[in-house]
Amino acid sequence: MTTPGLARRKSKLDDWNRPPVIVPSGDGELLEVAMGPHHPSTHGVFRMDVALDGERVIRLKPVFGYLHRNHEKIAEGISYLASMPYTDRLDYICPLTNNWAYALAVEKLTGQEVPERAEYLRVILGELTRVQNHASSIGFLIQEMGASGTPLMYAFREREKILDLFEALTGSRMMCNYMRFGGCRVDATPAWLDATRKVVAGLPAFIDEFEQLLRSNEILMARTQGVGILPPQLAVNAGVTGPMLRASGVNYDIRKVDSYGIYNRFKFSVPLGDHWDVYDRFMIRMLEMRESVKILEQALKEIPGGPVMDAKAKIRGFRPKAGEAYGRIEAPKGELGFYLVSDGGPNPYRYRVRPPSLINLTVLEDMCLGSDIADVVLIFGSVDIVLGEVDR
Amino acid sequence: MKTVEEIKAAIEAAVPGAGVEIVANPSASAQHSLRLNPQHAVAVARFLRDDEELALDYLSNVTGIDWPDKEIAEKVKVTRAVTKTVDGVERTADEEVEETVKRVEPGCLEAVYHVFSVAKKHGPVVLRMRTANRTDQVELPSLTPIWRSAEFQEREVFDLYGIVFTGHPDLRRLLMWDAFKDHPMRRDYVEPDDFEYEPTAHDAVLARALKHRAESQAQEGKSGA
Repeated sequence: MTTPGLARRKSKLDDWNRPPVIVPSGDGELLEVAMGPHHPSTHGVFRMDVALDGERVIRLKPVFGYLHRNHEKIAEGISYLASMPYTDRLDYICPLTNNWAYALAVEKLTGQEVPERAEYLRVILGELTRVQNHASSIGFLIQEMGASGTPLMYAFREREKILDLFEALTGSRMMCNYMRFGGCRVDATPAWLDATRKVVAGLPAFIDEFEQLLRSNEILMARTQGVGILPPQLAVNAGVTGPMLRASGVNYDIRKVDSYGIYNRFKFSVPLGDHWDVYDRFMIRMLEMRESVKILEQALKEIPGGPVMDAKAKIRGFRPKAGEAYGRIEAPKGELGFYLVSDGGPNPYRYRVRPPSLINLTVLEDMCLGSDIADVVLIFGSVDIVLGEVDR
Repeated sequence: MKTVEEIKAAIEAAVPGAGVEIVANPSASAQHSLRLNPQHAVAVARFLRDDEELALDYLSNVTGIDWPDKEIAEKVKVTRAVTKTVDGVERTADEEVEETVKRVEPGCLEAVYHVFSVAKKHGPVVLRMRTANRTDQVELPSLTPIWRSAEFQEREVFDLYGIVFTGHPDLRRLLMWDAFKDHPMRRDYVEPDDFEYEPTAHDAVLARALKHRAESQAQEGKSGA
C-alpha cells in the first residue's frame, strides 16, 4: 500500500486542494465510527467521524464546536482591556503567548511603543511558555502511543517548575493575564530573574534526558516514522504553521520573518524536518526547546533595567482611531493572530482570533487517509491542539 | 514588497476589468487593503498566488464583518415656499431652510482575507469582498480552491455570519450545530430566552427574569384562549 502523501507528491499545485480519494477494497462493508467527543486521545471535546474499511481509514471528518462559547462576540461587547484575561482561556496551556499576541495587535492599532525591559520580559515568558508547551505536547503524544504516564510525568515535572515561575511573577499558574498594551503589568524582581536563570540552567539536562529516553526507543520509531506524511506544498497551501510546518521542511518562523518585539537581537536557528512525518514533528519540538533555551540564556543575560510600562500608555478607556490591524506572533502551536477593527469606540467593532490549532487541523484528513485507525490517534496527537482555541 | 498601489496595477494588468479598489486604513498599523469585485475574485486570487514576484502562497486569516444598515441623519439646506405674516399681510416667499434628512445606507456582509508569502517572506496583503446586501444576496465566491486554508475558516464565516461561499467543496456549519437557525455573530442577532430560575434575581438577571415571566404569561394566555 502506498502512503497517500507520497503518491501525491508530484501532482499539480491545484490538486493539493482536493483530499485524495481512497477506494475501499470492496470485500466488506464500511464501518463508521465516531471517535470522540469524549475519547481520551482527543485532548478535550473533539470528534472525528471516521469511515473504516477493516482498520484502514477511508474518510475522516472532524466535528467542532463542543467547546464553542463565542469568545469573539463577547469581546465585541467589552472594552479592549477587558478581553485580556479572556485570551488566557484560548490556548490554556500557553496563556502568556495569547496575551502577547493580543497586546501586539492592539499596539499595532494604536501605535503604542513598548519599553525595552518589557520586551525582554515578553521574550523570556514567551520562550518559557514554548518550552513547557513542547515538553507537555511530546508527553501527551507518547502517552497516546501507550506509554502510560511515565514520559508525561517527566514533562510535567519540568512544566511544574516553569508554572511556579509564572505564579511567582503573575500571581497565577495558568490564567496569567500579565501583558498590557504598552508593556507588562508588574516588574520582575531580581530574585525572580535569579530563579528563572536557575530553571533555565537545568533545562538542557532535562531535554538531554527526555530525548535519550524517547529518541532511541524502538517502538516509538516503528510507530511514528513514515506515518502521517504532510508534503510541504500542501502544508503551505493549507495554512499549516508552527512546528508542524517546519517538520514538513518549510523554513517559516514568524520570529525570524516579522522579528516582532526584539527577536532580531537573538541568535537562534530554525530546525527543519526532512521526512515530513510524525517522528519529525516530535523531534522538531525537541530541537525547538533547545533553541528556546538559547534565546532564554541570551535574554536573561542582556535584560536591562527600566520601567515595564510606558508611562504615557493608556491601558483603559482609550478609543483607537477608526481603522484595523492584524498582529501575529509565533505561538508554540503556530501563527496566533488577532485581527481588530475599530470604529472609534471604546470596544472593538470586530475582534477575531486566528487560531493555529483549528487551521492546522485542515490537513488532518489528508494525513490520516489510508493509514490504520491506531495511527490516527498519533497523527492527531502530533498536530498539538488545544480545544479552547479550536472552538473559541 | 510591493505597495498596495503597485499590487493593484499588477492585478489590473493581469486580470482585465478586475475592478480593484484600495481601501485606506487610517490607523497606526497602516495595513491598507484591496477590495475585490466578487466576479473576478477567483482569477485575482489565482494571479496573486501564482505570480512569481508576489508569490502569495499562504492564506493566513479569513474572517467576516457585519455592517448593518446605517441610518444617517444629515442637515440639508432646502429652498421652499414659506408663508409668513409681515405687517398684517400674508406673504409667500422662497426661503432657505435647514432640514434634517434621514437616509439609510444599505448594509452588507464583508469577508476579509490576510495573505502572506512563505516563499518571499512578505505580507500581509489584505483582500476584502462585500456582498450585495445582508438578506437575500449573500453569495461570495469561495477562495478555497486557491488556498485550502480557507476551507474551515470560510465554513466558520458561513456559520457565524451567513455569507454563502459558492464553489466551496463542503459548506456546512462549523461551530454551531446543523439544526441551528440564525447567525450569531451578526450585530442584530437576538439571544434566545434561556432564562433559568434564580432564587435571588437581581440587576440584569432580574430584568431578564421579569421579561421572561411576561413573555411566558403572554404565551400561556394565547394557548389558553
